[in-house]
Amino acid sequence: MSTAADDQFYREYILDHYKNPRNFGRLENPDISHEEDNPLCGDVIGMDFRVKDGVIEDIRFHGRGCAISQASASLLTERLKGLPLEQAKKIGKADVLGELGIEISPARIKCALLSLKVLKVGAYGLAAGEEDEE
Amino acid sequence: MIKTFDVATIRKDFPIFETGIAYLDSANTSQRPRQVTGAMMEYFEKYNSNIHRAAYRIAEEATVRYEATREKVRELINAASTKEIVYTRGTTEAINLVAYSWGRKHIQKGDLIVLTVIEHHSNIVPWQILAAEKGATIEYVDIDERGELRQDQFHKLLERSPKLVAFGQVSNALGTINPAIEMVAAAKAAGATVLVDGAQGAPHQGVDVRALGCDFYAFSGHKMLGPTGAGILYGRRELLEAMDPFMSGGDMIKTVRLEGTTYHDLPWKFEAGTQAIAEVIGLGAAVDYLSELGMEAVRSHEREITEYAYEALSDIEGLTVYGPPPSRRAGVISFSLKGIHPHDLATIADRDQVCLRAGHHCAMPLMTRLGVAATARASFYIYSQKDEVDRLVGSIKEAQRIFK
Repeated sequence: MSTAADDQFYREYILDHYKNPRNFGRLENPDISHEEDNPLCGDVIGMDFRVKDGVIEDIRFHGRGCAISQASASLLTERLKGLPLEQAKKIGKADVLGELGIEISPARIKCALLSLKVLKVGAYGLAAGEEDEE
Repeated sequence: MIKTFDVATIRKDFPIFETGIAYLDSANTSQRPRQVTGAMMEYFEKYNSNIHRAAYRIAEEATVRYEATREKVRELINAASTKEIVYTRGTTEAINLVAYSWGRKHIQKGDLIVLTVIEHHSNIVPWQILAAEKGATIEYVDIDERGELRQDQFHKLLERSPKLVAFGQVSNALGTINPAIEMVAAAKAAGATVLVDGAQGAPHQGVDVRALGCDFYAFSGHKMLGPTGAGILYGRRELLEAMDPFMSGGDMIKTVRLEGTTYHDLPWKFEAGTQAIAEVIGLGAAVDYLSELGMEAVRSHEREITEYAYEALSDIEGLTVYGPPPSRRAGVISFSLKGIHPHDLATIADRDQVCLRAGHHCAMPLMTRLGVAATARASFYIYSQKDEVDRLVGSIKEAQRIFK
């Protein structure tokens, strides 16, 4: 029997981000605020951005979901903080999945990419759905 | 002929269990025995042809076998005539058929439609579309703390003379067995037309549509050992007679002239185009299988396994079971675990070959009502055994260890 620490999917850092999410909460008067849900399971993630001189000065995420969607959002906010918005727009699926560092099954891919969808639709100003064609 | 109910013997008819899975998702779709797949294969290999058309022998056999399912279904649900048994793709199509063919004729501006918060989306969305189109109003009966429909509220709504009342015999998400006979009687007394969604009822509780007294009853073959793509709409004959077709085209007509068309008799008026012949024949074999076991035995086995699972799950710390006590529920247990999302539990269970549903179970209004985004759900059928429940408990413990 494996121990929690060497679980190939629920790795320690994933569980850590799930239990102690970074940048969790809301910002007052954000410059950008956007929320998306996963229609398959009803999970929700929202992000608030404070942007100054084109740079993401501060960021918070909120919502509820599984370990994968929450850890993915937490990791993404860490990466986004201090990043110029133009660079943030260039973050893609491969970046997010790479950061998670685990094998994601087709059944869980929407969980892993929900936070990226929030970023794309919110910060990029895309209409919902367009990011799927990327 | 009624067989003795023996799970070990039953499981031998289901080759899929040789893969070692613990299958706890029968409310979603059931497994199918060799008798069903065999009947379909026999059609493909021995008498594959189209029905109601050709004059040659194998086409006659296909037609006879296709129509034979109608009589089997009629007997199973005790309808008065095979004219009242319409083949559909499943429950969803059956309800859409009623919403389209009956609803568009009878629902008018200002009419009231009564539904409940525990309905499957397929018994909400078609009515929402109809209500929006016609300017009708929908009211939903709420549930109490035990996950049972608020009968006081239901009776209050009936005082407003709804045109249509539609509800599920059994809730797919909570397993609540609704007092369908009493509800239908009250709704009929209030002058409403009544549709009962039997998707979770027909396979498990069985039904006698004449005793139930509803106008329409919809269910799916794939939740009762049959293949996907074949389901049933039962409708009272005089209602079906007065309804216009749903789909139109080949096979549903008597004569077609350029000036106009006369429709076929019941039930073929509602069966346009080439039908799901193999699937309907498979459904017939599924009905045979259930009839041989007897619905009473099916129910009693499900009660036993559900009680066992309810006890086993209730003993787990941090686990919340939703819905009524086992005596008032069908073979469905929805639950949540403190600190562990249902999707994560399902992923961990999957690694132990335990098939568990996680999500909103196509009942988002109910999830909202319960204040959760999703639940985990274990559901049972004739082949479910205690060992599968024990394996689920093992997966839950493993999830708790990982997430501790």
